[in-house]
Amino acid sequence: MYIIVVGAGKVGWNLARELLEKNHEVTVIESDRRRYLTVEQELEHNVSYGDASELWVLERAGIQRADMVIAVTGDDEDNMLICQVAKEKYMVERIIARVNNPRNRAHFDLLGIKPSVSATDLILRLLEHEVPEYGLVHLLDLQEEQLEIIEMLLGKDCGVTGRRVGDLAMPDGSLLISILREGKGFVPGPDTVLEVGDEVLAVLDPGKEEELKEIFGPAGGNGTGDGVG
Amino acid sequence: MFILIVGCGRVGSSLARAMLQEGHEVSCLDEDPESHARLEVGLDRGWEDLGGRFTVGAGLETDALVAAGIEEADAFIASTDGDNTNIVISQIAQRRYEVPTVIARILDPLRAEWYQRQGLHTICPTRVAIDMLETAVKEGQGRNGSSNGGGRD
Repeated sequence: MYIIVVGAGKVGWNLARELLEKNHEVTVIESDRRRYLTVEQELEHNVSYGDASELWVLERAGIQRADMVIAVTGDDEDNMLICQVAKEKYMVERIIARVNNPRNRAHFDLLGIKPSVSATDLILRLLEHEVPEYGLVHLLDLQEEQLEIIEMLLGKDCGVTGRRVGDLAMPDGSLLISILREGKGFVPGPDTVLEVGDEVLAVLDPGKEEELKEIFGPAGGNGTGDGVG
Repeated sequence: MFILIVGCGRVGSSLARAMLQEGHEVSCLDEDPESHARLEVGLDRGWEDLGGRFTVGAGLETDALVAAGIEEADAFIASTDGDNTNIVISQIAQRRYEVPTVIARILDPLRAEWYQRQGLHTICPTRVAIDMLETAVKEGQGRNGSSNGGGRD
């Protein structure tokens, strides 16, 4: 594959190195002269100097024949627009954009820039996974497939503990896929009885989260807290 | 008409004043609180006293856009000093808030042209300058040519 990486920061540089090791053809574009000279010592002709916001810089790097463009600069607007132009003007089939400020993610979505990757979001999710008191944790968004995978920790006040999985009124478009109990994971059957402390994984259509929260939330639904843990 | 101008530099502030004096409702959004002073250049009363609005915030911040009135805006003008910011926020205004008239100032002629074709109303001052210079050079050449050929007149 021919891959253009925009931004030769830590992410871009290491990414380029890995991609080259996997025998891909790679061009890294860096707009800071000093950074370019540093990276060029190792990557040599695989790095190009210029501002990839400018169309002629992208064209010089051969964007017309690129199979993939990955924008990982420290500037969200740059990443957004480079990917937009790659996709809509140069018809690059695959794009990946880095989101620096998670609050900008909605803008990436609005411009149709998918997938977008936010290190902050990933770390937050890991944190929630490690510290599951937040209740319902978003593990994975399969945006193309229109599915998400979530994790729920069943707390003492949870309304479904002691009940059979087969008796739960699971909403359409959702499915329990595994239970982690005392460090061991298994796939539940209809006769599996849920226990306090179970970590339940479910796959669902987007937008079903609220319905699931109601089922797995605190019994009686007194409205305090939206967590299920 | 209610006009929201993001980026209150020389262009944004002058436009804001002109539109306000024509009787339009004008709101400005800029990251720099100091840019408020630019709005009042040549005015005998304060910007707010004349009915103008000014909000401090970044154009990419949804909260700031809403505070500045994007939801009610009839026209949106992106005139910050950054092309990328202008392109992104004008698309936000167009797609998310469906502002009827959206205009973006883009200095880079190549991108101004491409985004124009994508349905964004773009103004490219660089293009305007190139065209004017080109015309001026040609006119000058014509003048020199005639004076060389036909002596002084």
